Amino acid sequence: MAINKPNEVYWEEKVGFSEKAWVLLSIVACIVMFMVMVAWAIAGKQNPPNEAYRVSIPSFAERAEAFIEKYKVDEENGIPVVEAPEDEDSYLIARMFYFSPVLILKQNQTYRIRVSSLDVQHGLSIQPVNMNFQVVPGYEYVLTIKPTEKGEFLIVCNEYCGLAHHVMKGKIIVK
Amino acid sequence: MAEVLVEARTCPVTGLRVVKHAENLIKVNAVFAVLALLFGTIGAILIALTRWEAIHLLPTDLFYRMLTFHGMNMLVFWIVFFEGAGLVFASTIVLNARQVAPKLGYLAVILMILGFLLTNFIILTGDVNETAVMFTAYVPLKAHPLFYLGYILFAVGALIMCILFFLNVYNAKREGTYEGPVPLFTYGIAAAAVIAVFTLVHGALALGSAFLWSLGIIEVVDASLYRLLFWGFGHPAQQINLAAMVSVWYLLSYFTVGGVTPSEKVSRTAFLLYVLFINAGSAHHLLVDPGFGAPWKIFNTSYVIYMAVLASLIHCFAIPASAEIGQRKRGFNKGLFTWLIKAPWSNPAFSAFFISLVIFGFIGGASGVIMGVEQINMKLHNTLGVPGHFHGTVAAGTSLAFMGLAYYVVPLIFRREWLSKFWARIQPFLFGGGLFLMAVSMNTLGRLGIPRRVWETSALVVPYKELLQATLGIGAVVAFLGALVFILHTVLTIIFGKRVEGKPKFPEVVQVSNPDEKTSTPGTIVLAIIFFLYLAIMYTINWYWLSRVWEVR
Ligand code: HEM
Ligand SMILES: [Cu+2]
Ligand SMILES: [Cu+2]
Repeated sequence: MAINKPNEVYWEEKVGFSEKAWVLLSIVACIVMFMVMVAWAIAGKQNPPNEAYRVSIPSFAERAEAFIEKYKVDEENGIPVVEAPEDEDSYLIARMFYFSPVLILKQNQTYRIRVSSLDVQHGLSIQPVNMNFQVVPGYEYVLTIKPTEKGEFLIVCNEYCGLAHHVMKGKIIVK
Repeated sequence: MAEVLVEARTCPVTGLRVVKHAENLIKVNAVFAVLALLFGTIGAILIALTRWEAIHLLPTDLFYRMLTFHGMNMLVFWIVFFEGAGLVFASTIVLNARQVAPKLGYLAVILMILGFLLTNFIILTGDVNETAVMFTAYVPLKAHPLFYLGYILFAVGALIMCILFFLNVYNAKREGTYEGPVPLFTYGIAAAAVIAVFTLVHGALALGSAFLWSLGIIEVVDASLYRLLFWGFGHPAQQINLAAMVSVWYLLSYFTVGGVTPSEKVSRTAFLLYVLFINAGSAHHLLVDPGFGAPWKIFNTSYVIYMAVLASLIHCFAIPASAEIGQRKRGFNKGLFTWLIKAPWSNPAFSAFFISLVIFGFIGGASGVIMGVEQINMKLHNTLGVPGHFHGTVAAGTSLAFMGLAYYVVPLIFRREWLSKFWARIQPFLFGGGLFLMAVSMNTLGRLGIPRRVWETSALVVPYKELLQATLGIGAVVAFLGALVFILHTVLTIIFGKRVEGKPKFPEVVQVSNPDEKTSTPGTIVLAIIFFLYLAIMYTINWYWLSRVWEVR
């Protein structure tokens, strides 16, 4: 049938019962999936953050460096280690080819972490919890996040950012 | 009816009139499609054996170069050249019409070929920092200007092909070679062509601005705006592939088992839904991006995309149903599944059709619906789950369906008898089976957090990583063999195959007596219910996984 002319009045042909039922079932499934998404956005605990700002790269770098300076407690392989304050926003810099600083967080405490890139696009992938966000230069993404388990978590970059992309790492420590 | 003199022959199998310019355009497109597939396949095996870290074949630079090479040749060149052939076929031969403005057609193909050569040249020989940028080339990662230029030339050529498609259809009506509603195949391809027009406009905006930026003519391109525009091109482009593939499924169902569409009205409405609702599909690549709000994301991914999902669900019933009706009318009428068991599995066009249908639904479609949920996307964005998804859709789905069609294109258009029935018969099983294994492995690794597009992952400790990388690699090797068999067999047949005299001997084309007489389709109902339950279970499990991660808003 596919390459022949259809019946001239195909628009008036009756649709079979089983196909009609399938279409109805599909419509219901789509509506349900739509409502689940909206319901989770309202009541769910894991939603992609909504807060973001356009920034210039130097202004972000400046604020992030000041933050690191203020709360730095240690250094690890040349990367500053910072104890994130509870009442102030934290910063996380992504750049070729590392994340800085190492953030120390407390379990079940909510933090606002401002993330951006100083050069190209990167991917912020927290492992092994497996949560992933895009990091775009010129945009500051505010992640309001509450770690619910203790341990050391690896950040890997999962957006291709250059030939050393696979070595780009970072760390979050939850105490 | 105005008589227009055109050089043509009559196809002895389908009775269609094959006009010369159309035939040439189809041939050139098909040849370059196969060449691109060859390039893509060489890239495929190299990167797959690198991602299998026990083998870890390529050094870093070459891996990223080959990844770009594979992505461009497969996703852009192989698929679009083949669709170029489909556009010509659907608007001329199927409508018994001539090719309008053949010179413009040749110009379009030349632009596409130039773009294809230029991009591949620069990817293979350029400074790796400027050429291993992936087919997405996200700014501000800067590519070589020729990379963008090749991309743009190709896109402009493709755009002209689309415009010619509409002119052909219009002309067929005007000259009266075709009257009444167009056949379903042409209708589906028309849907693809409409989507293609606004898709390519987005592509021109994104790549055009990046091109000017790479030349230093404009200073900055906003990274986020680029992503929006790029995916306004990259996503609907997949919907073109989808519409083209679904059209090919209807066609193959008809050729191989005399398939009868259960309801033209429903199937055509589904194509219309694709056209109306897919333009905002860009959003589901941006679900965890800064700068786009939740209402925008949810509106586009749920309300809008689900209308397209609805369309796919409709085809997911109508297509197996069409095959079932065809088979039952051919006498395979016993029980629920005799029609399927006794189907012509030794006809590669049929096996390619059915395997691609199943893998598309269970691997590509299901994972796509899940990954497109705004919140669940946080667990899958940029993981190996993404290539896991699209090797189910555009590789095992679209590419295999196109290969299935090629089993008819070679004898009917190139007029050559296939050299080997054996290789033709096993090829779809190799390609489909291998990709199935590879995609399942990728999907699992992705859910465990392994990223896409990385050379090595030794820092990540993940259960069963070595095992899953091995199954990924083995699947890739099998799929590679399947692709290679297809390419070599096609090329050798076109060069050395016996000329077809009269009707080709293989594969068989089935004709059914009365297409208006339809049967019920109990087997398809059962298959559809199984698929529905599978989708519901996977969807629910993924929500459960999401509910276990840290709280974030
Ligand atoms: C011959 C069988 C194939 C094999 C073994 C294969 C294997 C792979 C592998 C291992 C990757 C890399 C995943 C990563 O590291 O992120 C990949 C990426 C990809 N493949 Fe395939 N593939 C095959 C066929 C295809 C086909 C037929 C298409 C499309 C029509 C396709 C489209 C892509 C695309 C678009 C990418 C992503 C490139 C990127 O991340 O920029 N592949 N493939
Ligand atoms: Cu990076
Ligand atoms: Cu990276």
